[in-house]
Amino acid sequence: MNSAGIVTMSYIAATVLFILALGGLSNPETARRGNWYGIAGMAIALLATILGVVTQQYVTLIVALLIGGSIGLILARRVQMTQMPELVAILHSLVGLAAVMVGFASFMDPSAHFEGVEHTIHNIEVYLGILIGAVTFSGSVIAFGKLSARISGTPLTLPGRHLFNLGLLIAAIWFGREFVLQAAAGGGLEPLIIMTVIALIFGIHMVMAIGGADMPVVVSMLNSYSGWAAAATGFMLSNDLLIVTGALVGSSGAILSYIMCRAMNRKFLAVIAGGFGTGGGTVASVGGEQQGEVVPIDAQETAALLAGAREVMIVPGYGMAVAQAQHIVYEITRALRDSKVNVRFGIHPVAGRMPGHMNVLLAEAKVPYDIVFEMDEVNEDFPNVDVSIVIGANDIVNPSAQEEPDSPIAGMPVLEVWKGKTTIVLKRSMATGYAGVQNPLFFKENTRMLFGDAKDSLDAVFKAL
Amino acid sequence: MKIGVPKEIHKGERRVATTPDVASQLIKMGFSVAVETGAGAAASYSDAAFENAGCEIVATAAELWSQADLVLKVRAPEDGEEKLLRADQILISFLAPGQNPELLGQLTDSGATALSMDSVPRISRAQKMDALSSMANIAGYRAVVEAAQHFGRFFTGQITAAGKIPPAKVLVIGAGVAGLSAIGAAKSMGAIVRAFDTRPEVKEQVESMDGEFLMLDFADEDGTGEGGYAKVMSDEFIAAEMALFAEQAKEVDIIITTALIPGKPAPRLVTAEMVSMMNDGSVIVDLAAETGGNCELTEADKVVQRDGVSIIGYTDLPSRLATQSSQLYATNLRHLIAELCPEKDGNIVVDMEDEVIRGATVCKDGETTWPPPAPKLSAAPPQAAAPAPAPAVSAGKKSVAGPVIAMVIGALALLALGAVAPPSFMAHFTVFVLACFVGYMVIWNVTPALHTPLMSVTNAISSIIVIGALLQISSTDTVIMWIAAATVLITSINIAGGFAVTRRMLEMFRK
Repeated sequence: MNSAGIVTMSYIAATVLFILALGGLSNPETARRGNWYGIAGMAIALLATILGVVTQQYVTLIVALLIGGSIGLILARRVQMTQMPELVAILHSLVGLAAVMVGFASFMDPSAHFEGVEHTIHNIEVYLGILIGAVTFSGSVIAFGKLSARISGTPLTLPGRHLFNLGLLIAAIWFGREFVLQAAAGGGLEPLIIMTVIALIFGIHMVMAIGGADMPVVVSMLNSYSGWAAAATGFMLSNDLLIVTGALVGSSGAILSYIMCRAMNRKFLAVIAGGFGTGGGTVASVGGEQQGEVVPIDAQETAALLAGAREVMIVPGYGMAVAQAQHIVYEITRALRDSKVNVRFGIHPVAGRMPGHMNVLLAEAKVPYDIVFEMDEVNEDFPNVDVSIVIGANDIVNPSAQEEPDSPIAGMPVLEVWKGKTTIVLKRSMATGYAGVQNPLFFKENTRMLFGDAKDSLDAVFKAL
Repeated sequence: MKIGVPKEIHKGERRVATTPDVASQLIKMGFSVAVETGAGAAASYSDAAFENAGCEIVATAAELWSQADLVLKVRAPEDGEEKLLRADQILISFLAPGQNPELLGQLTDSGATALSMDSVPRISRAQKMDALSSMANIAGYRAVVEAAQHFGRFFTGQITAAGKIPPAKVLVIGAGVAGLSAIGAAKSMGAIVRAFDTRPEVKEQVESMDGEFLMLDFADEDGTGEGGYAKVMSDEFIAAEMALFAEQAKEVDIIITTALIPGKPAPRLVTAEMVSMMNDGSVIVDLAAETGGNCELTEADKVVQRDGVSIIGYTDLPSRLATQSSQLYATNLRHLIAELCPEKDGNIVVDMEDEVIRGATVCKDGETTWPPPAPKLSAAPPQAAAPAPAPAVSAGKKSVAGPVIAMVIGALALLALGAVAPPSFMAHFTVFVLACFVGYMVIWNVTPALHTPLMSVTNAISSIIVIGALLQISSTDTVIMWIAAATVLITSINIAGGFAVTRRMLEMFRK
């Protein structure tokens, strides 16, 4: 029996199943089935490899799988939906770490024999695999720290940080050349280790320099990197399944990063260069002029406004996740819908700390997904909206993105809540958003401010309803 | 400080400058409040209600004026009231300083401080003190009620067993606060409402009230004057406007005119000829009667019958809804007093640096301070919009060269790679590029709502890297074996965790 052929066929089946798993995500109904395709693909690939390729160490293998699998299941069961970005970040770091370890093992593997150009190419592949893996690993760990507030969310801006990054890049290329030269002669471990350290430092520094509001880009970028790491490992091991899967994941993350950047009207490179919201004199001048008087409102008045409205739009932001207010939001939504008020949700692509973060939180609170809309779907409807409620969001509803060409967030697509009849903004204080830009929305005539913790405020509103 | 609220002595005036509710709020601010007996009676606020709110009831006006430090009134002082004013007193009421120079002189000579509610500048911050708007709102509403009173039919259309009732057609001329209020009131009674205004930007506001905005085929002229009020228009414009009204007059049942130009007599918009063209039983309510009327036939404070049309020229519409207008006016006053009393300690500070207070104050310390310096208008948006196109153009130019250079470099790099790479590498590379494109196509179809599950599931499948570890775990080298085992362990965390959490999330997405 040609076991290699059977393994290859299984890999092809796994590839197709993975593509179906991603394709299924085009809508929530098919997504559940898609996830099962993914699980099936993974199971087929694992079984085929274990039965067809592995010859020894079955016990160690099974024990490792069981321990890892149980840890994973426990993590998945325990995680709060508000902590999803952290979980995703830490899981990315594991992929990166795995890529580094597989790379080193492959480099040290005495059974591999390559000659001439093939040897050089193999060594470059090893080098690249470890490089991307290490950046993914350290970057994800820092992203995890920032998302779980173990590390401050403010961007770290070292003097000359661009030069520092450039230096690291040049060093990585130089050690790559050294490594290939030395590896051809049988050595090369030293430059490989030095490069790994450089890559780790690069990953740390890169994510440290990025502010909280840019986290959706970082998380999706790391998602992309973990894919490219897998693809590089695939090249290294001449394994098409790894290459295909890595490419799928890599392009997925890249597209997400692109969508996030477009939603903030920022260049990908500018996000990666970091330091948003701290530089430039324009911030201060813009912030200074837009002062005016805010009109506060209390929970009873809010409830009365909501009860008297026909069209209500709720715009959630990261503040809703922080205050864990999604459940009470749903209670209010249900009460309003029962009294024939049309309640909809408007989600900005970068609301929250991860692509689609708000959708998951609302889904957790049992908000039906057919009343949750994307920004582009609802933006034209705002003139018909009687009451918009902005919960813990700031920059994504900032009119200066459209009205002030020299604002740091100029050109960023925003939810045009101010075009509605009344806007209620729930906020803890008058602090600025992550971009550090004052928000003229708060001073508009039809805006009312409901100060306080979002959850407490909404509890009071719900009682008053 | 003591606030005094006298009974209004103007003939037919039913309003009062404070209500029991507002008085109790003023008392909370540290003031004491005295009300002349019967001051609120015509607006349905009894002396007992004022007493319950903590006010002192004073028997005569003279006594009240002598006690009070701050006098709140609706109408300007008349019939000797101005003589009661002392130098240390503050007076707040409607004063119309532009129309009453004589009164202004008397007030100045008395040495007292006087604030006029109709001089509060029209800026966003002062909206809560804008008594003209509050009163205009009431006048607009009341105009519709008066029209309904004199109109012999329903406003709303109905199909009944006894036949069809057509809805009334209402034309509102001038869509300011009063006009919009009239549109809302008439609309909610079921009428078909049309509105006209010389300022095109109010079109949206009219449409937001469900009214139909009549456009004039006269593109270039914008009637917006200083502070959002209307201005005088050119002759051609007025001719076109009159033609439109004449045409509408044949059709509509009710015309409500609210056209005012500050400091000028009201524009003549409805001529006697147009009135004669209207159907019998039609009604015209002229809100500009006080300044001469928008309709040629209007007589102030009277209802005139002409050619079967009732022309209502009441100038006291807010006063005809005295309870409501007293409440709104009293609240406007309270907001102004809150500005004058920033410490909430019952003491008034007339801060002439404050834009709102400066604007409202017409005389202080024996000097006339009216008219105030021109108000700072809110920043004009057109200025901000102008520089916008420039960066867009430069961005457009830049974006052409960038991708072309990148593509050329990329193509050269790929060709160079192809020149040296062995065939097995090229096979893998083909697979890689194709997979990138498949990924590209598939991922764009993912709904944005599922981006988080997308990330967690791609995370799970990227742990396919476990295959690499599985290939190495059978190695005879123990170091490699253990590294591989550790890799299997951490990737299996990822596989199980990624798929499980994706499943958990997707379960939550329900219709």
